[in-house]
Amino acid sequence: MSYLSIEQLDKSFVRDDLASQVLKNINLRIDKGEFISIIGHSGCGKSTVLNIVAGLLDPSLGVVILDGKEVSGPGPDRGMVFQNHSLLPWLTVFENVEVAVNKVFKRSMSKSGRREWIEHNLKLVSMGHALHKYPQEISGGMKQRVGIARALAMKPKVLLLDEPFGALDALTRAHLQNEVMRIQTDLGNTMMMITHDVDEAVLLSDRIVMMTNGPSATIGEILTVDLPRPRDRIALADDHEYNRCRRAVLSFLHDRHRLQ
Amino acid sequence: MNANVKLQPPVATPAPSAAPSWLSKSATRLQQTLLQDLLPPLVVLLALGLLWEMLCSGAGAALPPPSQVLSETWELIVDPFYDNGGNDVGLAWQLLASLKRVAVGYLLAVAAGVALGVLIGQSDWAMRGLDPLFQVLRTVPPLAWLPLSLAGFQDSHPSAIFVIFITAIWPIIINTSVGIRNIPQDYRNVAQVIQLNAWEYFHIIMLPAAAPYIFTGLRIGVGLSWLAIIAAEMLIGGVGIGFFIWDAWNASRISDIILALVYIGVVGFFLDRLVAFAGRRITRGIPAA
Repeated sequence: MSYLSIEQLDKSFVRDDLASQVLKNINLRIDKGEFISIIGHSGCGKSTVLNIVAGLLDPSLGVVILDGKEVSGPGPDRGMVFQNHSLLPWLTVFENVEVAVNKVFKRSMSKSGRREWIEHNLKLVSMGHALHKYPQEISGGMKQRVGIARALAMKPKVLLLDEPFGALDALTRAHLQNEVMRIQTDLGNTMMMITHDVDEAVLLSDRIVMMTNGPSATIGEILTVDLPRPRDRIALADDHEYNRCRRAVLSFLHDRHRLQ
Repeated sequence: MNANVKLQPPVATPAPSAAPSWLSKSATRLQQTLLQDLLPPLVVLLALGLLWEMLCSGAGAALPPPSQVLSETWELIVDPFYDNGGNDVGLAWQLLASLKRVAVGYLLAVAAGVALGVLIGQSDWAMRGLDPLFQVLRTVPPLAWLPLSLAGFQDSHPSAIFVIFITAIWPIIINTSVGIRNIPQDYRNVAQVIQLNAWEYFHIIMLPAAAPYIFTGLRIGVGLSWLAIIAAEMLIGGVGIGFFIWDAWNASRISDIILALVYIGVVGFFLDRLVAFAGRRITRGIPAA
């Protein structure tokens, strides 16, 4: 029995009596502590998969089971890191995380315990120095760090990342990828990330889920990335397995399933 | 009078060498502000005053020149707080009476307007049901409500407050609902993931997200209420700056009217700035999403 399983998932959107099928028969089983990337061309419905796991969308058919329980609606057991950070601009860095922590641990943690926990999580993403800054006072990469801290602070069973580094410049992106790898190694989180960056997928993932193009997109192939951790991007540049995986994903995306 | 407005060029006192540098720096900044921001309006004011003086000084002029306005209203200017009973009170009391009415009517409009704005911003049904009604009602001029409210309340005081209320409420409702409708989906998703309940969503996300829009409505509303109160008071009588003008007209005290106009303009300006200031403080300058 896997930790997170997506069973027989179909999703159609209906508009003006016209149903268009976005996802068809998605099956995916994820183990605890596993890092999964979903990659595919834009419009293939990969974000839809993530939103269904998050509970923000309901599937048309099929179920998502997390730790033995069927998912219905959003909840703090599935922490979400949004593409554009989605911090509330009228709250400080600390308060943005506090909103989530207060909600999830209202009863189980004391006030001072909650404060320590918030600070701990912000330090984890190297944002301990900017607790009382407002989002518009920090850089895009820092905002995304706070977004990650907010999601982690809810102690989710699975962390869902929706193209978390898509809006960042290449250097900041590399930096944050390292941080996410470090955090995942330290905490052993189960993570599910949407991306369209091949290098990112290979570097971070245990398995890469490659999706076919829509409509009626489904899982085309699943690639296991058999690389030891911790991974170092410089050493991997010449690594045989790394390049094999990279080539496999590239050929899937640009050869067999390229956009017409 | 002109002696009072005469421009004092900032005297450049040589700063003693011991003075801290920030002092002389802030003094320079002050000089610049005076020169850039205060000088142009003062020059224009002076020029317009002179023009007015020239136009109205001749024999048979219908309106008094500024010098005559000043001399005739001097008692009102220097003693704004006299109280001879009845309507015969100083201009400060007249303005205060008007401001009190505006405050009550406006605050009621804020409470009801934000509530209704949230309702039609949140619910499509409320939007469809209420919006056409609001779009028609908001075009009714404030004073058109006055006879109806006099008939309804049988008393001039609540009628004036009602006119303020009904004048100020429309921009508040409309701007609030637009603000609510424009809350980004991202914020709604965040609220869903951390499972905020309705009250938490309201005060943690909805109000702050819509605040820039709400304050636009509040600012338009306060301006409209100040417009409406003057007109309403002319009709209902009693104490208040609007009735003061009407009373002065009936007694042919044109200078008093001119003085009252100046006061009304200044008070209206400060009301607008007050709400704008409150808005900036509360939204901390965050632009609308």
